Amino acid sequence: MSCCDQNGAEDAAVGIGTAAQMNDLQDIINKYNGVEGSLISVLQNVQRIYGYLPRPALEQVAERLGIKKAKIYGVATFYAQFRFTPVGKHLILLCQGTACHVNGADKIETALCDELRVEMGETTDDRLFTLNEAACLGCCSLAPVMMIDGQAYGPLTPDKARQVIRDIYKRERQSQPEEVGA
Amino acid sequence: MIVRIGLSSCGIAAGGLPVWEAIAEEIGQQGLDWALRQTGCIGMCHSEPLLDAIHPDGSINTYGNVTPARAREIIAAEASGLALDEYRIATDQEPNECMAGQVRVALRNCGSINPESIDDYINAGGYKALRQVLTSMSPPQVIEEMKISGLRGRGGAGFPTWFKWNATRQEPGDIKYLICNADEGDPGAFMDRSLLEGDPHGVLEGMIIAAYATGCTTGIIYARAEYPLAIKRLEQALEQARQQGMLGTGIMGSGLSFDITIKQGAGAFVCGEETALIASLEGERGMPRLKPPFPSQKGYWDKPSNINNVETFANVPWIIVNGGAAFAAMGTEDSKGTKVFALAGRIKRGGLVEVPMGMSLREIIYGPGGGIKQDKQFKAVQLGGPSGGCIPESLLDTPVDYQSIKNTGAIMGSGGMIVMDETTCMVDLARYFLNFTQDESCGKCVPCRIGTKRMLEIMERICAGQGQPGDIEMLETLGGQIADGSLCGLGNSAPNPVLTTIKYFRSEYEAHINDKKCPAKQCKSLITYHIDADKCKGCTLCAKKCPVNCISGEAKQVHVIDQSRCTKCGTCLEVCPSKWAAVIVE
Repeated sequence: MSCCDQNGAEDAAVGIGTAAQMNDLQDIINKYNGVEGSLISVLQNVQRIYGYLPRPALEQVAERLGIKKAKIYGVATFYAQFRFTPVGKHLILLCQGTACHVNGADKIETALCDELRVEMGETTDDRLFTLNEAACLGCCSLAPVMMIDGQAYGPLTPDKARQVIRDIYKRERQSQPEEVGA
Repeated sequence: MIVRIGLSSCGIAAGGLPVWEAIAEEIGQQGLDWALRQTGCIGMCHSEPLLDAIHPDGSINTYGNVTPARAREIIAAEASGLALDEYRIATDQEPNECMAGQVRVALRNCGSINPESIDDYINAGGYKALRQVLTSMSPPQVIEEMKISGLRGRGGAGFPTWFKWNATRQEPGDIKYLICNADEGDPGAFMDRSLLEGDPHGVLEGMIIAAYATGCTTGIIYARAEYPLAIKRLEQALEQARQQGMLGTGIMGSGLSFDITIKQGAGAFVCGEETALIASLEGERGMPRLKPPFPSQKGYWDKPSNINNVETFANVPWIIVNGGAAFAAMGTEDSKGTKVFALAGRIKRGGLVEVPMGMSLREIIYGPGGGIKQDKQFKAVQLGGPSGGCIPESLLDTPVDYQSIKNTGAIMGSGGMIVMDETTCMVDLARYFLNFTQDESCGKCVPCRIGTKRMLEIMERICAGQGQPGDIEMLETLGGQIADGSLCGLGNSAPNPVLTTIKYFRSEYEAHINDKKCPAKQCKSLITYHIDADKCKGCTLCAKKCPVNCISGEAKQVHVIDQSRCTKCGTCLEVCPSKWAAVIVE
């Protein structure tokens, strides 16, 4: 998503994202063209391609599939899965399920926010991490749990959660030192 | 010898994959002629990763909390014909306390077969029920068998399954839809995920039988996107079933034609409600509508649609093979058969258990569940998720059946049981659930949209130490109005957690409001952290770890917390060595 400008509607004319992403977007639009009731599937695929829902991509979807922009916005804002801003390289999902709540998920949240210097839902300045919450990850016996890039970590303590983040930072610095800014 | 590793989401989260790799390597290095197999979740999530050593004579040693290093030790012992008692938690002859007393109907294959192999499923008796139905039963006979079984919907509402099937069957029309609700939204419930990951063919077989009975032509599974492994295994299972002629045109040589597709939900709790689920399937905002017309009359694309939950379908093949009467012989008059419960929270053995209905809450929590973590005092068990309620210790002997649970003010729901001990603040817990339902309210009807908001504001005020006299009564009034006036089940049940905690734990509310105290010492605005000058040895640990640097004190001198800057994160309490225990919460 490096060449993608999230604010630039004018980008719709010149392209959205990389050539591969553009191709994928066209494939998705063609696949669902004329398939009634497929808007959620289309949005899920757009998000899979870009990591979020870029406005120019949604404008293309609206135009090509003949769906009103207001309706797309309405559906996209209704469901928790969809987001309008890019996420960091690593997506942290902190479970807010009942088991995690009674086992101290709020303390993990405080520790993560402090460690990453972000609020819930935000992305770090260096674009390495986005901290989001999940209703329930279904790993209740490991509570409190967080998931990073599909891998679950638990049972957590505030210190363990901080350590997981530090370990990932460490790996990032070792592999691609130039990518870690801020 | 077969070595079997539990690789469902919980097994993988607990570290099952490195164990798998270590064993594969060990078997290779030692040149052992052993097979390595994967299986789904057997329910003992507290002991994951699990390893079964299955001997040629059929005997099984089950090992728990396996690490790669332990796995190597276990393989070495088993290779020399010994069991490693240190890590062994059960054998096939001596099931442990967690498995003893369980009756596994829906979960019959979870934790034993390879969920990615249709042959494994068939060898375990799979698709036998479907063959029986297609060759020797008419659709009304299938529905009659379901009626005899007394099976009620396992998703929450507990509506008789046969009645729904019959209603859909009797609707005129060539196109009818069969929908499997796999949008398991209750935080704290994971039986559907476990079934889909551990025995996907069991759910598919139930669906195909239902399609035959109801006359549905197309099947759809509405699955949560948060369950990637379940979706992957379902896709594999669908492909295998198509290849073997269990799906498609002329299933098993009969006249039945039926196929199933998967649609991924996009994260909305309200989509567990039938009409909202249908709206979501049609690509719309998932907002419920008034019933009637019921989905069996006008459902997906206005066609007759039959919607059942994952666990409901998983019971169907067993009922056909063993007979409805065998299912009805278990459980109680009002609630037949078995039910899967997800045990979580402050409980020793968290996981999934399947027991006959009518067992008491106490038997489940202290039997398979093993009691309370750290042997603390039981306080309450929450049933039914955000739509349910909290049941206190005085009602622990309540039998678990639909009506008895309803009489307490809670609901059976999908079977999530969250156990709480003295460290849980019931007011905070009710606030937590209300926050969830408020957030998930679709906004269509006023009582739910605005009513839950007002209730939440009062709850937040109480937790923040700004509760006022009259708040409790106001919550009760609002709760009653929201329950009566809302359009769908989400709003009807949203006040339940608040109303049941007021009913059984009123004194905690009063302590928050009148005394500005949180008895469980959880509500941050109502507690303070102090360092006891007599106990502090000045080890400096708390000062070093305090995230806001509000603890002052030199080494070997008494430390002091600056109350004006303390965020009450509790770090000092956690790090203070237990031998000093100098940090006091009040």
